[in-house]
Amino acid sequence: MVEGIGIVLLKLAFVLLFVLNFGGLLTWVERKQSALMQDRIGANRASIFGIRLIGLFHTIADAVKMFTKESFRPVAAEKFLFTIGPGISVFFALVGFAVIPFGDVLIIGGKEINLQLAPLNIGVLYLFAVAGMAVYGVVLGAWASKNNFALLGGLRASAQMISYEVALGVTIIGSLMIYQTVELQEIVRWQGGTLWGWLPKWGVLMQPVGFILFLTVGIAQSKRVPFDAPEGESEIIGYFLEYSGMGFGMYMLTDFVETVMISAITVTLFLGGWQVPYLMADGFHFPWGATWQLENWAVALLQVGSFTLKVMFFLWLQMTIRWTLPRFRYDQIMRLGWKYILPISLVNILITGLIITLLK
Amino acid sequence: MNIHDKYKPLTFWEKLYLPAIISGLWLTSMHFFRNLTLHILRALRLRKTADGAVTIQYPEFLRPLFPRLRTMHRLTKRDDGTPRCVACMMCETVCPAKCIYIIADEKLENPEIEKMPESFDIDLGLCIFCGYCVEACPVDAIRMDTGILEISNLTRKGMVLDMETMLNLEPMQDRYVKYTKEGEIVSQEYLKQDLSK
Repeated sequence: MVEGIGIVLLKLAFVLLFVLNFGGLLTWVERKQSALMQDRIGANRASIFGIRLIGLFHTIADAVKMFTKESFRPVAAEKFLFTIGPGISVFFALVGFAVIPFGDVLIIGGKEINLQLAPLNIGVLYLFAVAGMAVYGVVLGAWASKNNFALLGGLRASAQMISYEVALGVTIIGSLMIYQTVELQEIVRWQGGTLWGWLPKWGVLMQPVGFILFLTVGIAQSKRVPFDAPEGESEIIGYFLEYSGMGFGMYMLTDFVETVMISAITVTLFLGGWQVPYLMADGFHFPWGATWQLENWAVALLQVGSFTLKVMFFLWLQMTIRWTLPRFRYDQIMRLGWKYILPISLVNILITGLIITLLK
Repeated sequence: MNIHDKYKPLTFWEKLYLPAIISGLWLTSMHFFRNLTLHILRALRLRKTADGAVTIQYPEFLRPLFPRLRTMHRLTKRDDGTPRCVACMMCETVCPAKCIYIIADEKLENPEIEKMPESFDIDLGLCIFCGYCVEACPVDAIRMDTGILEISNLTRKGMVLDMETMLNLEPMQDRYVKYTKEGEIVSQEYLKQDLSK
């Protein structure tokens, strides 16, 4: 019993460290990557005893600034909701990670440990339930500020997130039809097989259209450029207008955590999660017949590393998209969501169903 | 692009968005990987010439100033060290920001010069650096060629330049860049220095 709780706590610590560190580092990645893409150098002035460490200390400087800044609350603001708004936002961004598998089973002392925080058999549904709640933090914060501009930002956010919520669910139905399960660990295991004996059966190959649509909708869900009409900090004023200090910091952290979240879900559903090509539970089985036996701990390590690498790639991709594309206008967001993505994903479901029926 | 092309309906290829997005991503990520490689090579001391960025790290490295750039004012002197200014009030009159304050005085010891300034103050907090004072001056007594750009002070009063200070300022120094008599830049050594330190 105690052992079981200890293992759960260890896994929890691992997942939280993974997510929060990535979230924090993303502020650094955002600065440096945008700088590199634009032939600049990027923030590099924060230093400890003259050591600058290519600007990494700016992350710490940010945190110190956020915590020590005055957290101002407007007189007219709804006290309770205004205070818990950012918390709700961060909470629902974080709890989604509970069902993301980051590895297969690890065997320590004859005890099998499932490298997934909560092996829920409704994994994908839970994810969408949580993602659907994320809009509450935004709308509550915006409404509780008692500021009309913030409220407008909140309205834009709710309209966008609810529209894309529909598309988010529909885009992956095609994949779920192929996987025949909604448990994420099972989905990842399914992707461990090969096509024609050599091609890894990853979701991106089975559902290329679904993959592109899901990534688009995912980026829209994380409210970052090019879908940042809810925020539009510099021009149209976003929902967190009245927040300062850590309240604002938590909204910003939510965006970054959601970026990690979208990467993790995309990897799990479409890029084989923790799968390494040709790596089975007992080592590599290459298609040309060669095998390479590996211990269980080495396999688990490779799997966690593979998952991390894939997530990092998608973080990079999302950052590149964020610093390449300009913002969509509000009507363009709505048109893209309702008139293009939703019909295309419905057609995708139809075609997937046809192919599955024909192949039977 | 022709202005009329802007209003042409999009072709199917353009309406797909994805090809355009991919070409945009290709462009930006090529910049990213090129600059990343250059930065890493520089950090490993394998390559010193090419830079991954066009940034000039300002407080450590200064960029060349154009010789005609208008910077902080200075007053020129005669050969005997007295100010060249004859307190004609032309600059004070022409100044659009009304930031020049001159109090005139008689110059008794030299009958050829009727007036000289008793005090000559410029409030840099108001100055807009238009250079009209330099244009208006009939005796070339005021110039804006010191090359001093970092003008700041903690009080408003500290922003006021008095005559004593302005008389002692020198023309643009080597600190920024060297010039020939024709105003051409001679030395750019600092541009070749290692920027990564």
